[in-house]
Formats: sequence, C-alpha cells, structure tokens
Amino acid sequence: MPRLPITKTPKVYVGGAFIRSESARTFPVRDAAGHFHSNIPQCSRKDLRNAVEAAAKAGPGWARRTPYNRAQILYRLAEMIEARRTELGDALVTFGARAADAAEGLGVAIDRLIHYAGWADKYEQLLGSVNPVASPHFNFTVTEPMGVVGVIAPDSPPVLGLLSMIAPVIASGNTVVALASETMPYPAILLGEMLAVSDLPGGVVNLLTGFRRELVPTFATHAHLRAIYAAANPEERRVLRTGAAAGVKRVHFVDGGRGAWLEDSAQGLEPIRDFVELKTTWHPIGS
Amino acid sequence: MAPTRRGPAPRLIFGDLWPFDPAPETADPKLADRYQLFIGGRYVRPRSGQYFDSINPATERRLASIPRAGAADVNAAYAAATAAFRRWSVLPGRERGKYLFRIARLLQDRAREFAVAETLDGGKPIKESRDFDVPMAAAHFFYHAGWADKLEYAAPGRTLRPLGVVGQVIPWNFPLLMLAWKLAPALALGNCVVLKPAETTSITALKFAGILEDAGLPPGVVNLVTGAGETGAWVMGHPAAAKVAFTGSTEVGKAIMRQLAGTDRRMTMELGGKAANIVFDDAPLDQAVEGIVNGIFFNQGHVCCAGSRLLVQEGVAARVIAKLKNRMRMLRVGDPLDKNTDLGAINSAAQLATIRRLVAAGEREGAELWQPEGRLPAQGYFFPPTLLTGVTQSHRVAREEIFGPVLSVLTFRTVDEAIEKANNTAYGLSAGVWTDKGSRILRLSTELKAGVVWANTFNRFDPSSPFGGYKESGFGREGGRQGLLDYAARA
Repeated sequence: MPRLPITKTPKVYVGGAFIRSESARTFPVRDAAGHFHSNIPQCSRKDLRNAVEAAAKAGPGWARRTPYNRAQILYRLAEMIEARRTELGDALVTFGARAADAAEGLGVAIDRLIHYAGWADKYEQLLGSVNPVASPHFNFTVTEPMGVVGVIAPDSPPVLGLLSMIAPVIASGNTVVALASETMPYPAILLGEMLAVSDLPGGVVNLLTGFRRELVPTFATHAHLRAIYAAANPEERRVLRTGAAAGVKRVHFVDGGRGAWLEDSAQGLEPIRDFVELKTTWHPIGS
Repeated sequence: MAPTRRGPAPRLIFGDLWPFDPAPETADPKLADRYQLFIGGRYVRPRSGQYFDSINPATERRLASIPRAGAADVNAAYAAATAAFRRWSVLPGRERGKYLFRIARLLQDRAREFAVAETLDGGKPIKESRDFDVPMAAAHFFYHAGWADKLEYAAPGRTLRPLGVVGQVIPWNFPLLMLAWKLAPALALGNCVVLKPAETTSITALKFAGILEDAGLPPGVVNLVTGAGETGAWVMGHPAAAKVAFTGSTEVGKAIMRQLAGTDRRMTMELGGKAANIVFDDAPLDQAVEGIVNGIFFNQGHVCCAGSRLLVQEGVAARVIAKLKNRMRMLRVGDPLDKNTDLGAINSAAQLATIRRLVAAGEREGAELWQPEGRLPAQGYFFPPTLLTGVTQSHRVAREEIFGPVLSVLTFRTVDEAIEKANNTAYGLSAGVWTDKGSRILRLSTELKAGVVWANTFNRFDPSSPFGGYKESGFGREGGRQGLLDYAARA
C-alpha cells in the first residue's frame, strides 16, 4: 500500500514566525488540474497592522546593519533559494506554469537578489553627494531608509515579481510588509520558509497572503507605512494614492507586464532611489 | 579661562539711547499699474477681464492690479507650453543653458529693482530681499544653467529626458526665489512650465516675465498665470501637465495629492515644517542665540523650515532664554524698506489673524508669552517677535505651523530625549543642532528625521544643496543633482 504523504499547512511568515491569520480565515487553492491543494491564510487588516508593527520593530536594527552585512544577508537569501529552486519550481508548475518558464523565472529571481546584494554598499556613493556650497560649510547629502514600506506584489509571476520588489527596498535598510500573489499564493508560503533560514532578521520581510480588495485600502491608509511599492491596476492605484495623501506617503508603481520582469531593465538603481530619503547636513568649517 | 558667569545676562539699553534715523531704500521698483498674464511670450488680458489688487502689507495701500486667470487662461497657458515643448525639448543642452545663464545675469543687473519690488509686495525687510532672495534666485539660474549640457553625467545608468509640461504653484514667503527654485531645474532639463505665483505676491513673477523676454527665451517655454487658490487648482489639475510641483501648506499639498490620485501625474511636494532647533549645554551660547533668532525671525518666521521649536537643554535654559530676550529687544520691527529693519510686515491680514489665533491658543493652553517692548507701526500688518515658554509637546504651538515670528520653547535633559522630542511631529523638513561636540552633531544628524540638518548654523541655502522634507513635509528635493532628477522622465 502506498504511503500517504504528509500535507503541509500553509502559514505566513510574519515577525520571524509562521502564523495563521488572526482571523482564523483561510481560502482554498487548487492546482492547475483543479484538485484541492491547501488552505491559505486569508490575512485580515488586523494581520496587516500586526505585520507593520513587526516590521517597525525590526526597522532600526536592520537600518543600523552595515551595508556589507545587508549585502551578505541578501546573498545568503539567494543561496537558500538556489538550494530549493527545484521545490519552488515544482510549486510553480503545480499551479500551471510551464516548467521551462518556471525555471527561467526562478533563475532571474535568484540573480536579481545577487544584483541587489551587490548594490547594498554602492548606491550611497551614487545617490549621495558632497555639495560645493558658496559659504564656509561642509555640506553633504546622504540617503536614509524610509522605514516600513508596503509592497503589493503582482499576481504573476508570483515569485519573481515579489522578490524583484522586495530586494531593492530592503537593500537600503527598509523593512517590508508584502502582500503576495492572490491567485498563486502558495509559492510565497515556500519563500517565507527560505527567508526564515537566510540570516534575515525576523520582521525585516513579512509576507501576507489574502485578498487584494480587502487589504489594499489598509495599505493605502496605514499611517506607519511610509511608502508603498505596488503592482496595481488603475482602480487600486487610485485607492492607494488617495489614501497616501493623508500621511503624504510616497507611492511608486511598477509597470511590469509578464515579460518585463525577466528583463535587466526591471532592476537597477532607480527602485533603490525610490525608497530612500535624502538628508542634507550643513556643518561649519573653521574656528 | 574667564570664569563662567551665572545668572541672567545684564540687560542692554543702548537701543533706547541712540535711536536709528530712518534709512529707507529708495531705488525705483518700476512697478506697472496693471499687469497682464504672460502666455506664449505675450502679455495677455485674462479672458474674464477680472483683476485684483496687490497691496503693500506694510501700508495696506494698493500697489498694482493683478489679473485673475480663469480656466480658459490656464488652458491657453498649457497649450502654449505644449506647443513650445516640441522645439525647446530638443534644443541642444548647451543652448538651453545659455538662456538660463542670460536669465541669471539679467536678474543680477536688475537686482535692486527686484529687491525693492519684493519688499513692497511681500513685506519682508529690504536687507533680506537685497542680500538673500534676489541674489539666491540668480544663483539658482546660474547653477542649473550649467547642468543643461551635462545631463548625461547626472545619473549613472540613465538617460535623462524632460517630462513635458510642468505645472508649478509657489507660495508667498519667497516669491521670486521659489520661482527660481521651480523654473531653473525644469528648464535645464528641457521641460516647459506653467507657473502660478501666490495671490498676494505676484508682482516679482510678472516683472520676471520682462527678464524672460529680454533673455529671448522662446515663447511658451515659461507661462505665468496669476490668481487665487482656484487658479492654482486648475494649474495643478490640468490634464496636459506631466508633472506638478507644489510648495505650500501641508493641507493644500494633501488636497492636490487627492485631486490627482486617479492620474499618473508625477509630483513634488514641498510642504510645511515645525523644525526643532536643539541647543545643548556645551554649545557656544551667544552664537546659538544668533542662530535661534535667525532661525525663527528670518522673514518674520514665514519660512517652512523655520526653527519654530527651540529645544534647550535644561541646565542652560534660563541663560539661553535671558540672552534671547536681550537679543530680541534689539530687533527692529517696522518699515520693510528701512535698511535697519529686522522684522518687516506680516504678508497678509489673513496670515496675521492666523498668527494671533495660534498665539492666543498657546496662552490658553498654559504657555507664557513674552514680547519685547516697543510700538508697532500704526498702519500695516505687524506682529512683534514673540517667545512662548513653558510649552509642552501637546500644545498646539508645538505641533502646528504658525508661520510667524513666534518661538515655542521646550526643554530636555538627555540626548535621547532631545531626539525623541525633535522627531515627535508629523513634519520633517529641517532641524538645527547646537553643540561643540562633532560626534554628537553626526549622531543627531543621523537620527533626526528631517531633510535638512543645520549644525551650529541655521537657515542656510544653496543651489547645490538639496532641500526638501521627510514625512508630511513632502517629497522630492530642490537643488543639487538630486533635485535636478525630479524633473527628469523615467528611463
């Protein structure tokens, strides 16, 4: 008689722990063939607020890490995913991706992490400056992370999209609360397990699963989210920008179609620049 | 080393013994009686035929008639800008830069005339418009002129391209300077502009049209529309704008963000502030007092980055306040055109009412009010330099932007407490730190959530130095390479 496999209970990765939704709600997902796969946490607005709290707690420590250390941790995350890319690829295929597409996307996602690992100790020299003011002052501009950033990932590609958005945001010392793909949430559950073993301190990346229509308005208005990075449709964009006005929140959108995520142009310095503040200090010279 | 004196500083009274003679600046501001909109390189009457008076806040007398632009005028301005963009945007950067250099030079040529006009229209002391506003405006054009042919060096990995037509709305506190901050980077990148100056201070912007003409700037590259908030809303909301840039109150900034929420319009917001000016017990106190005075009384406190919250370490609080009161007794409030005037007129009757209302709220909530003796002019809108002591963090005068010559004083004991109190605000535009200790300056400048930190100085500005806020003080920067990029299209 064949052995009955143990199925996994999907839990989301928040504050360094694997949790169910506080609401005790789940929603079933089915594989490409239509068979029941698992029950995914249907995270609530309260879960989002809890995740923001966890991200805020992790923020100062993460921002104080040296850029070199953040770089190594991002690299470590890439190592952890590389080691389990077959499992992640199988999950993508289970939910309908073609095997070749899944493999290609995961390769790009892992390389993208390496790309941003390398940026962590370099963007400062390109975004900051010493400014030649016409007075006896040493005047310099440096970047600072904004704080807690809300990431709303595209439904597809579920892993490449999510990682492409998280990596530039945490590279500079921000912490993240991310909403994973609604239609293909299970790969983000797996990704959480890889984040957990990657040396990334708990709370730096918090992954939620659930319904966009339920959570996007709270992303828009939550006062402790200093910025939003979203793959969003026009109506969601309007909701996000309207909510952002109340706290003068920074909002940036990605315009990636399916193929665009694979391109080198989907990465670089600009997504880092979008989620840092610039601070200019004036210091007198002399006496 | 001389022994440190304890107790209150002696009160100086020489100001009473040697009164100043009047020293008015007499250069001709060359005002027109009636101004017109500047659209497509021509001076045009508003379609509505409506004008309003711009008055001198120091005398409440009429200076000139200003056109009230309606929706049709704003449409015409955007049409002119859109038409001009086709050629302006592909002009070689070297040529665009030469126009900006010309503008800087022409403004320097007529600096005194513009300074007097600025002071008449806005109420600021002539020494500030003469020594700060106008030269700094010229410096912004000169600085950005040099960028126009060097855009490929400004952002690694990116080709900088103009956005298109930019809508800009500026405030009344630094009318000509804010115009320069907005126009210079936009034009250097090859954008065209529709700009609206503030209702109460349109004159120098409209005079500036003459400089654009003399510089030979192609018609439609810069269009100036005047009016009140309604005109501003049309400029910000116009569908032909690729980007809007706004400097003004946080309240209006939020309204613009909501108004444009359904669009993909690029935005820069430079909004309000409630800056902490932090004085530690090891600071050179006399120098700090000068910085405190400059921080809050510069331009009558009509400064978004004004040091309106003084955080002074408890051990030196009594001495700092005594010195500050002595220094405030020396401040001369009066005729803005007088070269010895330190505080000119409050910009408008409405702003004066706001200041009075907030100061009254401060007293009601338990703050102690102190103002130096002395008479204010009988005519015009004036408010004396004001100190509010015993202020706590929950008081309105510690939280809301007063935008007037009113300093709220709070105390602290430890460095951590200073940081916490300084950051306990929705704003984050600027901060000041006064201490003799270099490492403390760098710690504070790291932990203060503000876009500009002044160490042992305050209210310094430079075209090469990025300016702009954290949190509800807005986003985007003005000045420097960083500010330039806010006028460039995404790759």
